[in-house]
Amino acid sequence: MRTPARRVVVTSAAVGIIAALTGCASGGGGAAGSDGKNGELTLWTHNAGNKAELDAIQSIVDDYNASQDETSVKVQAFPQDSYNDSVVAAASAGKLPCIVDIDGPNVPNWAWAKYLAPLDLSVDLDKNLPSTLGVWNDETYSVGYYDVALATFARKSVLDAAGIRVATVEEPWTREELDSALAALKAEGTWEYPLDLGTAGTGEWLPYAYSPFLQSFGGDLVNRDDFQSADGVLNGPEAVEWATWFQGLIEDGYAAKKSGKDSTIDFQNDRSAILYTGSWAATSTREVLGDDLVVMPSFDLGTGPKIGGGSWQWGVTTGCANPEAAMDYLSFSLKPEYIAAVASATGTIPATAEAAALVPGYEEGGELAQFREYSEKYAVLRPETPAYPFIATEFGKAMQDVINGGDPRSTLDTAVKNIDTNIKSNGGYTQK
Amino acid sequence: MATDVHLAPPTAAPARTARSSSRTARAPRARLGILGWLVRIVLAVVFSFPLLFMFVSSLKPDAQIFGDLASLAAFLPVGNISLDNYAAVFDRVPAARFLINSVGVSVVTVALGIVINSLAAFALSRMRVPGKGLILTVIIATLIIPFETLALPLVWWVNQLPSLSVDEFGVAFTRGWLDTYQVQIVPFIVNAFAIYLFHQYFESIPKELDEAARMDGAGWFRIYRKVVMPLSGPAIATVAILTFLPAWNSYLWPLMVIQTEELRPVMVGIQYFYQLNVSWGEIMAYSTMITLPVIALFIAFQRSFINSIASTGVKG
Repeated sequence: MRTPARRVVVTSAAVGIIAALTGCASGGGGAAGSDGKNGELTLWTHNAGNKAELDAIQSIVDDYNASQDETSVKVQAFPQDSYNDSVVAAASAGKLPCIVDIDGPNVPNWAWAKYLAPLDLSVDLDKNLPSTLGVWNDETYSVGYYDVALATFARKSVLDAAGIRVATVEEPWTREELDSALAALKAEGTWEYPLDLGTAGTGEWLPYAYSPFLQSFGGDLVNRDDFQSADGVLNGPEAVEWATWFQGLIEDGYAAKKSGKDSTIDFQNDRSAILYTGSWAATSTREVLGDDLVVMPSFDLGTGPKIGGGSWQWGVTTGCANPEAAMDYLSFSLKPEYIAAVASATGTIPATAEAAALVPGYEEGGELAQFREYSEKYAVLRPETPAYPFIATEFGKAMQDVINGGDPRSTLDTAVKNIDTNIKSNGGYTQK
Repeated sequence: MATDVHLAPPTAAPARTARSSSRTARAPRARLGILGWLVRIVLAVVFSFPLLFMFVSSLKPDAQIFGDLASLAAFLPVGNISLDNYAAVFDRVPAARFLINSVGVSVVTVALGIVINSLAAFALSRMRVPGKGLILTVIIATLIIPFETLALPLVWWVNQLPSLSVDEFGVAFTRGWLDTYQVQIVPFIVNAFAIYLFHQYFESIPKELDEAARMDGAGWFRIYRKVVMPLSGPAIATVAILTFLPAWNSYLWPLMVIQTEELRPVMVGIQYFYQLNVSWGEIMAYSTMITLPVIALFIAFQRSFINSIASTGVKG
């Protein structure tokens, strides 16, 4: 039989164990961590499986480690699709490393959550493409080596045969030209769906690819004056017109409700006439199509062509025990030759003109230089607000509903209602 | 003093009941005739074609995989066939390391899970535990809580747990289980469904066997070890499969708690292939490699698995 004294001992032991397990943790949570102590910094990157980019990053780290003997940087790579989950989990356990890479649109959210510290680098960031900097509340929290640009691909032979002109930066296709081009291509009967918009895409692809169309119509994801509401911009007349137009592309049979799993390969296999994709697909497609490939800017749907801006960037965490060393590494890594090496490895747009001059194809007049031009002229950053991850999710759901035939007006109203509720329930996402 | 207990061969195993009932059902099955076989063949084709597609595609280059999609060639090893995708897998992912990790984590989770869950079920089935009906109900009720809701709090908890480390300065206690093998195993050893399944199975084993063993001087643990567990082969096989599958397929949890590549399991590896330009052939090759152990396990245990599911009235 259990005696009262024994019960007290057992209870005390249980309480003691729980206290031991939890007591020391009162200072944990957030992004607090111990990385950077003893001169060792850890760098997390999303490049696991992307050997070319990972090798380029490792090469920079090796050069840095060899350049001085006070600090040693160690690389840990994670798969891209799940990278954010790993970071959020580590932040909740207080185990973030000193240096992280971040998808550009998430920077304000991570800065707001106090994962990231403002950058204090010894290099001039004014030379960078604006879309390669993560800025929030007038502070720069991240910097990237590259950006990517959306574009449209077609076969010159196909356009010539259908009497369709090649769009240029000076004269992109207007909405009317796009509609008539699609009608002409559809009438040929060669392709079930002449335009491949990548509608099988999910996640960040949806706002990255399709919100620029909305912006070209004159709408937006959120009111950028104060980032407190999406009302009037995501459900205004321009937005409803955009959603109706997009839905019409599906209903008219110009684009598939759900495209193939890999739009680039489908285009290379001549399963579509026009492909809406990004600069990353250019090299492999040129290898298949050669000089028949024409790369054109996105469509002018009212207010000029727009494309999404902001790719992967680097930041320093607030919990880093040696932020000076982390900033020193980042400054070191931003030399033009390193930016060029990473951009070459990834087939992306170098962040600075100096670096671009070092990357074959991106030099002035090079066959890839137009992507840098698109980025400079058309890039619209996804809204620089901590609410962006929620906005992106809501926009993605609305986009799927529009594609699947939902009523544009009520679909967008629902998205606006959800976004506004989220912003309010988070106190407007003002600084914590 | 207890002596060795010698028991007669099992007499009341539900598996035997299931087998005998299948004999009585043989006559109506035979009457299914051609139609029955046709249905079975169609179902077999439907279920095996995705696996066939996966394997065949693993031998083709990306452009051909998509080019063949509109025809039966998608399921045939025709065209530009090679093992290049398999070679590329090892170039992109430390696949052997991931496979070893997953085998280790899964086997240990299954082995410990069988022991601990069966012990819990044995106590609830055989011993006089006050409120054991309520305890079993509460255990079963935990099944409705999705793991995703527990994941983040669990990350925090495992980060507070003490850990023993050995280095050149000797043995030391550190805090936190993140980035270890045990963090991939321990939280998944106890499994409410496994306890329920063992409990249901143990209930079908006549308690007279316990009493006979008691007469021969056996204690609870000996009854568990010598009487109940030897009669529970189908339940053990079922729990082994049902514990192995989530351990093998574990994805979200390792993402959250494992930072070092050397400790990652196979499912995290599949994300290595999803880059801006996705390598579909390599994905199929890697998927083939990580699916084979699961298929082998199922084939090895399928008879026991089906017997156990049939005898406990549980549908997968």
